[in-house]
Amino acid sequence: MTTAAATYPMLQTRPLDRTLAIYFNEVRAEFLTRLRLRAYSLSTVGFPVMFYVLFGLVLNRNEVIVGTRFTTYLIATYGTFGVMGASLFGTAAGLAAERGLGWLQVKRASPMPPFAYFLAKVAMSMIFSTIVILLLFTLGVAFGGVRLGMVEAIKLLATLVLGSLPFCAMGLAIGYFTGPNSAPAIINLIYLPLSFCSGLWVPIMFLPKFFQQLAHALPPYHLAQLALSTVGAGQHESNWVHWEVLLGFTLICMGVARVGFQRDEGKMYG
Amino acid sequence: MNATMQAVPIPGKRELTITMPRVVAGLERVSKNFDDIQALKEVDFSIRSGELVALLGPNGAGKTTAVKLLLGLARPTSGTVNIFGGNPVNPTTRVRVGAMLQVARVPETLRVREHIELFSSYYPAPMPLSEVLTLAGLEQIKNRLFGDLSGGQKQRVLFALAICGDPDLLFLDEPTVGLDVEARRLLWALIRRLRDCGKSILLTTHYLEEADALADRIVVINRGQIIAEGSPAEIKSKTVGRKIRCKTNLDVATLRAFPHVSEVVKQQDVCEIRVTEAEPALRELMLRDPAVSGIEVSSAGLEDAFLALTQNMESQNISERQ
Repeated sequence: MTTAAATYPMLQTRPLDRTLAIYFNEVRAEFLTRLRLRAYSLSTVGFPVMFYVLFGLVLNRNEVIVGTRFTTYLIATYGTFGVMGASLFGTAAGLAAERGLGWLQVKRASPMPPFAYFLAKVAMSMIFSTIVILLLFTLGVAFGGVRLGMVEAIKLLATLVLGSLPFCAMGLAIGYFTGPNSAPAIINLIYLPLSFCSGLWVPIMFLPKFFQQLAHALPPYHLAQLALSTVGAGQHESNWVHWEVLLGFTLICMGVARVGFQRDEGKMYG
Repeated sequence: MNATMQAVPIPGKRELTITMPRVVAGLERVSKNFDDIQALKEVDFSIRSGELVALLGPNGAGKTTAVKLLLGLARPTSGTVNIFGGNPVNPTTRVRVGAMLQVARVPETLRVREHIELFSSYYPAPMPLSEVLTLAGLEQIKNRLFGDLSGGQKQRVLFALAICGDPDLLFLDEPTVGLDVEARRLLWALIRRLRDCGKSILLTTHYLEEADALADRIVVINRGQIIAEGSPAEIKSKTVGRKIRCKTNLDVATLRAFPHVSEVVKQQDVCEIRVTEAEPALRELMLRDPAVSGIEVSSAGLEDAFLALTQNMESQNISERQ
């Protein structure tokens, strides 16, 4: 009987264009899923925009801070806040639910390349990050007197979107160590205090000295400083240090996510 | 049924060959332990090309574990898992396999059509979308969001995801669990249609009725062990019918030789005789053992009878150990 079974032809590997098509389809499906999930799409876009409108456009429209219009300064900080939210909720909440409720297993039983699943979550989060930042730009320019050159605007956008990667990695790590029900609560428990302490809600120099010191240990602070430096409002620290901190943080989170991945595979495949 | 028959040489008898459908997947002496629990014990079974095999057993019997092993989602503690002559852990075997697994929640904000199109794109030669929609009875609801569907419709979408890649081999893990009678019958019709297309199918179920309605062959599993295997008629003859309880000093071999007897269990001098028809065996019993006493005849429903079959197995095991 084994001889009979062995007569099956060798299976061929998938050509590259088909693999790329799968990645594209996976990202598209993930984006549509999340876009229609109002709990995600509205809150991810809504909170940073709402804060920006309230604290930037309504209350402090004509203030100037470290030589920069306050409305411009807040695009960088609420942009960081928005990017963090889109990334953490985009990766962790979906992964925890799909892992815990069996959907990931259905996908793993299919011929989907496993990496496509994770890439789709990261890419989808980056698309939402971009939407949030572009909305802040539009509001700032239209109602907040923000004047950004094209190069400045692109640098700010690119910094924030690239800077979403550490938080996507963090989200994957959280998604592997939380359950379908606990994930959103745990994300908020990390996300909101981290945002405040990193000076994303209130500019860092208005925070008590203790928090200013603490902020240096927090990844969002470093992304916010990178974003602020593109509009000339940073704390004048080395950008290399900021990038290095973010890179180190990304690697740690990926390591944690990998432990979770292997633990899951061990449960399923062991 | 395309080219499923193949000559299989019998080792040692070079001149003699028989033809039989080739094996497409199987477990060979497979055991699987989860921590202290032994989910499968030395399980041996195979699925041949074009065949619908039902893996029948109560909840927790090891059915889902067997499916996961065959899908490469779990690795056996010992033994060999074989799919198309290869290891299911190899991802390239997956393009020839479709699976309908038990899942608590599916992303609800994708449309039926979008779910199917995504899964189709994983396979090298998928069925056209319209064909999948027709086969799974989803044409009318192809633009609905998954979250807006009824339980039966959701199961049919999962069914569509399993078949959209036009796989040669399908795993359907408890496909009708939780469905009402109408939705179940509808899904049965779809599964039959698929079998008529020549697909090899492994169906797990805890309904004997379902296995009987669909399968070419039934493998009964309980507590991780295969306890019976055969055509639906054979399995039913072992389980359906009536049960005679009595006190007799006749031995088991004699009782087994009675007409229409399918199973005899004797503990001390109390006998349980499972028969397809009670009267001929009773006549024989009275004739051969004038001292027979305490005769009780009961009829077993289909599901009761199946339970009895699995329990008989256990009591046999216990008496063997003693």
